[in-house]
Amino acid sequence: MPKYAALIYTPADTEGQGTPEQWAQIMADYNEFGEKAGAAGVIAAGEALEPTATATTVHVSGGKGGETLTTDGPFAEVKEVLGGFYILDCPDLDDAIKWASQIPGAWHGKIEVRPLMVFDQ
Amino acid sequence: MSQPLEEMIRVEGGRVLATLVRLTGDFQLAEDALQEAILLALQKWPRTGSPINPAAWLTTTARNKALDQIRRESRRPAKEEEAVRLLDAGPTEPPDGQDDRLRLLFTVCHPALSIDTRVALALRTIGGLTTTEIARAFLVPEPTMGQRISRAKQKIKSAHIPYRVPEDHELPDRLPAVLGAIYVIFTTGHHAPSGRLDARVDLSVEAIRLARLLVDLMPDVNECAGLLALLLATHARHRTRLDEFGGLVLLADQDRTEWDNASILEASSLLDAALRRRSAGPYQIQAAIACLHSAAPSYSTTDWEQIVELYQQLEHYLPTAVVRVNRAAAEAELSGPQRGLDLLATVEGAHRWHLWWSARADFLRRLNRTDEAGEAYRQALTCDMNDNDRRFLEGRLRDLATSADQAQRD
Repeated sequence: MPKYAALIYTPADTEGQGTPEQWAQIMADYNEFGEKAGAAGVIAAGEALEPTATATTVHVSGGKGGETLTTDGPFAEVKEVLGGFYILDCPDLDDAIKWASQIPGAWHGKIEVRPLMVFDQ
Repeated sequence: MSQPLEEMIRVEGGRVLATLVRLTGDFQLAEDALQEAILLALQKWPRTGSPINPAAWLTTTARNKALDQIRRESRRPAKEEEAVRLLDAGPTEPPDGQDDRLRLLFTVCHPALSIDTRVALALRTIGGLTTTEIARAFLVPEPTMGQRISRAKQKIKSAHIPYRVPEDHELPDRLPAVLGAIYVIFTTGHHAPSGRLDARVDLSVEAIRLARLLVDLMPDVNECAGLLALLLATHARHRTRLDEFGGLVLLADQDRTEWDNASILEASSLLDAALRRRSAGPYQIQAAIACLHSAAPSYSTTDWEQIVELYQQLEHYLPTAVVRVNRAAAEAELSGPQRGLDLLATVEGAHRWHLWWSARADFLRRLNRTDEAGEAYRQALTCDMNDNDRRFLEGRLRDLATSADQAQRD
C-alpha cells in the first residue's frame, strides 16, 4: 500500500496564537480526526511540531565532514509554516486527498500531500 | 503513407493506449509498447492491408511488446511475474464495462494535475498528437512540453493517481476538470496567432472530437452535452471570425450565410435534449447563449432579452470578469450603452485586461463621449494581448479619430 505524507501548513501569523477555548476546539477536532482515521487504519504515524520559533536550522558548510553551522529559526521565513504531519496508508491519491481534507489543518491552512519514496530493493 | 491509415492509427491509438495503461498500470510502458506496435503496423499494413479489427491487432501486438520489455528489463522475478500475470490474462475488455478511454480521460484530467498538464496529456494520450504538435499548438518550446508531459506521467505513477472513472457522487468534483481541459483546448484553437495557423493542428476540431467522445461515453451527464453544444455552436461561426488579413470581425459584421448550419442544428438539438433533463449548468447556459447568437438571422434580430437572462444565470455559476464583461455587452444591446457602462464599473480587478477596456471604449463611443472612448482604447492597448486583438483595437482607435474629424467638419 502506498504511503503519503500529509504535511500540515498553517498561516505563520496564527502560529501559537489563540485563546484556550480555541485550542481546546482544535485539539477536539484533531482527536476526532485521529479516532476516525485511526479506526480506518489510515494513520501510520503523526506528530505535531512545536512552533517555528523553537526551530534550529543545521547546515554543514563545505559538504560531508565540514563545519556545522546552526541558525536560529526555520529554514525559510514564509507565510505558511509546517505545524505537523501524518503518514497515511492509502491505496491511491484520491483516498489520500479524501483523508487530507478531513485533517482540521486543511480548514484553516493547507495540507501538502506527498507520496513517500519507494526504494526498490 | 496514406492519410486515412495514419488517421485510423491515431484514432484507434487512443483507445488502445487506454487499454494498455489499464493492463500495465504504467503510462510510459504503455506508450512505448504502442509506439512499437504502430511502427510495425506502418510497415506491414500498406503491404498486407489493414486487419479487420485494427484496435485489437494493435492491442495484442503492443501487449506482447510490453511483455518483452518487462522481461528484458526486470531484474526481480517477483515483479516480472506480477506484470506478466496482469498482461497475459486473457480478455482485454475492462472488468467493469467502463470504456478505457473514459478512465484515461479522467486520469489525465485529475484535479491534482495543473490545467496546462491536463490539456497536454489529453491531447497526447487520447488525441494521439505528438509532443512536437502540442508544443507548436501552445507556442511552447518542445523540450518544455516534453518535460511537462514526462513529469506528469511520473506524478501519476509515483502519487498513485488512480486509473478509474469517478463514482457518480464524485462527478461534481471531478467533471469540471475534464470539461475545462477540453474547453481550453478549444479556445486555444480559436485564439491562434493567424500567421501560424497552417503550422498548427486544429485544436478546435480536436476539442470537438474529445467532447464528442465524452458525450458518447457519458450520454446522461448534461454538462457533457452542454460542452459539446457550446463548442459546435461556436465553431459553426469560425470561418467568419477573421477577415482575409487575419483581423477580427465582430459578430455584428460577420457574414451569416457562411455559418455552418449543420453544426448549429446539432448544437441546438443536443442542448434541447439536455435541457429537457432539467439539470442546468454553466456549459449548457453558455451553449444556449451561443445557440441564440448562431440562430439569429441578423445581429439586430438577436434575442438580447433571453441572452441577458442567460448571462445573469451564468453569473451565479461563474462570477468571473469574463462573464460579467460579456453580460455588460449583452445588457448594452438590450438597454443601451449607459447600462453597459454602469455594469462594467462594478467589475473589479479587470483593469489590466484589454477586453474590459475595449468594452468600456465601445460603450463610450456609442454615447458620443469620443475623447473618453479614445483614452479607453489607448488604455486597452497597454495591456497584454495577441496580435489579432491588438490590430483590431488599433483599427477601432483609428476609426474613432476619423469619425471625430468627420464630425468636426460636418
